[in-house]
Amino acid sequence: MTRLQSAAELELLRAGILSARDAARPCIAVCTGAACNGLDSARVARAFEVEAGKMAPGAGIEVRATGCHGFCEKGPNVVVGPDDICYFEVTPDDVPEIIASALKGEVVERLVYKHPETGEKAVHMGEVPFYRHQTRLLIGDNIRIDPKRIEDYVAVGGYAALAKALFQMTPDQVVDEVKKASLRGRGGGGFPAGQKWETAKNAPGDEKYVIVNGHEGEPGAFMDRALFTGNPHKVLEGLIIGAYAIGSHRGFIYTRHDSPQLIEHIETALAQAEEYGLLGENILGSGFDFRVEVHFDVGIFVSGESSALMRSIEGQPPEPRPKYIRTSVAGIWDKPSNLNNVETWANVPQIISRGAEWYAGIGTERSKGTKLVSLSGNVVNSGVVEVPMGTPLRKIVYDMGGGIPGGKAAKAVHFGGPMGGSIPASLIDAPLDFDELAALGAPIGAGGLLVMDEDTDMVDVARYFLEFLTNESCGKCVPCREGMRQTLKVLTNITKGKGRDGDIGRLEDLNDVTGAACLCALGRTASDPLKSMLRYFKDEYELQIARGSQAAGNTAK
Amino acid sequence: MDSGKIDEIIDRHRGKSGDLIHVLMEIQHKNHWLPRDVLHQVAAALEIPFSRVLRVATLYKTFSLTPRGRHEVHVCTGISCHLRGAKQLLESVERATGIRPGETDTAARFSLETGSCLGSCSLGPEIIVDGKHHARMTPEKVEDVLKEYQ
Repeated sequence: MTRLQSAAELELLRAGILSARDAARPCIAVCTGAACNGLDSARVARAFEVEAGKMAPGAGIEVRATGCHGFCEKGPNVVVGPDDICYFEVTPDDVPEIIASALKGEVVERLVYKHPETGEKAVHMGEVPFYRHQTRLLIGDNIRIDPKRIEDYVAVGGYAALAKALFQMTPDQVVDEVKKASLRGRGGGGFPAGQKWETAKNAPGDEKYVIVNGHEGEPGAFMDRALFTGNPHKVLEGLIIGAYAIGSHRGFIYTRHDSPQLIEHIETALAQAEEYGLLGENILGSGFDFRVEVHFDVGIFVSGESSALMRSIEGQPPEPRPKYIRTSVAGIWDKPSNLNNVETWANVPQIISRGAEWYAGIGTERSKGTKLVSLSGNVVNSGVVEVPMGTPLRKIVYDMGGGIPGGKAAKAVHFGGPMGGSIPASLIDAPLDFDELAALGAPIGAGGLLVMDEDTDMVDVARYFLEFLTNESCGKCVPCREGMRQTLKVLTNITKGKGRDGDIGRLEDLNDVTGAACLCALGRTASDPLKSMLRYFKDEYELQIARGSQAAGNTAK
Repeated sequence: MDSGKIDEIIDRHRGKSGDLIHVLMEIQHKNHWLPRDVLHQVAAALEIPFSRVLRVATLYKTFSLTPRGRHEVHVCTGISCHLRGAKQLLESVERATGIRPGETDTAARFSLETGSCLGSCSLGPEIIVDGKHHARMTPEKVEDVLKEYQ
């Protein structure tokens, strides 16, 4: 493999890869994403490789172990191209039949999707209800890509956006394009990415850094891992483009240490990109140098917070610092450091290659593009979905998610994990939009959508989230450390039937103080779930408290 | 873990940004815990005060300063698993192993941990033993699963 010296050489490589392929040949994509992997999809993938290996070379079939397809509930997932026939809950025993049918152009009827109520079958990806309503701009390529083969990414048009940025655009033009696209950060804050880039670009100093936040600590959020593990080059390409725009020559990937597959894919991607001259010195012969190193979170939630994350990269304990000065001006070693989430970076290549105008045509007025959502909880089809911003939550929960299991009714949907909020099922027609959901009290956060059925105890849910954050508080600032502990105490008492009159007032007081006085977002937004519950489910809290104070009254008598 | 191997690990990461965390992480992965004399060795080799090594080693949850069991049992207590019954599952695991989260049994067979979220919510509630997922668990199935790990 030689280093590519120009954009033309990249196109030659792409042409070579595509011409060596027969588009009509069946290609089997076996999902090895986190959930399918947990369901032993590795054994299915091995069975396919063994079976395909028995055939005469060239006769055959291509087998690809890919990243997450999305429909985790029905894993292990197998998709047979070129027509994208979807098979679900595949076992190694099914493999010979799938291969034989694929070669004959037939379908294994017993493995296709059957609607649980109507029994209606759906054979192709475009017909399966879970996929049919999605717009899969980011995660759609996952079924075409073996994450350990850069050639697969190049084959679907990979690194063309990088070449365009390097040779046809100035760094300023790249920043402008991202600003015009109104790309907003996908990690939780929804801050305009272009504006952040501009701040880092204009900050004084020559040494600047770009960072991928792949921490994804929010419980119930797994879409970043699905994207990063399944298509690491997409994120990397976005990062290199961002580095070029900002004028950075050193990048950091910060991710989880507990996912060996993710680490392997990232490290392989970096090595392969370097071999092809897409990383390192003189990228594609443009004269632009950029290197990336990988750092790990070692099991602490707050290290996903940007300033804490940067401390961690420096080798310090991950404690957040006050952000009077933005990290885009003074971050790692006090140098300008632009941090974006995995999904934000992954959006960049398509904005550059297809243009800001195209991108801004998707979504709502103030939230553009598509959003990956991890759908979980009391929902029939859990998994990763990708929809245009503005999609009503009802569509996600019912059309894609298949509704609530066991014929139960939905009680609430919750966004944003322990720092998010819940809204009642009556508001389920709300659109997936940064500002509208934030106004309702359920900010999108990173995109973990949790469905709760009628049996859910809302006091317990608030208590659960608070317990999680109390354990994760770094303890540096008092309002967070002590405030949450007191709130948790009150909530725990309520759930144990020991609620007292005035508890709601006490909770509201504590919420006010932690919301105003904590140093970082962990503490400041720790009360958000509780606030949303007191807004929509207050009667449930009052009822449980009343039960407690009655019981206390009875004993006193 | 002999000190030659520790030196190898240290040399591999020396000079990188955040080398201390990288070193501790690799030792933790390979040795499953961080003995005190190893921490002293790391501090000396990286020329970092021992107090700082200890600070980093005690803050990050993954680092263990006590020996671990042969098998790591991890019960996911993420919100999705919680809604699907992780609490009952954890109680069942506690009964089966006789230990609580953070503990190791006297025979050093199991260490028990809880944590969230492992990103495979559609498999919940689940337990992970030595990295292998046991999906859609019920409290009744716990004994059978753990039997395989002696």
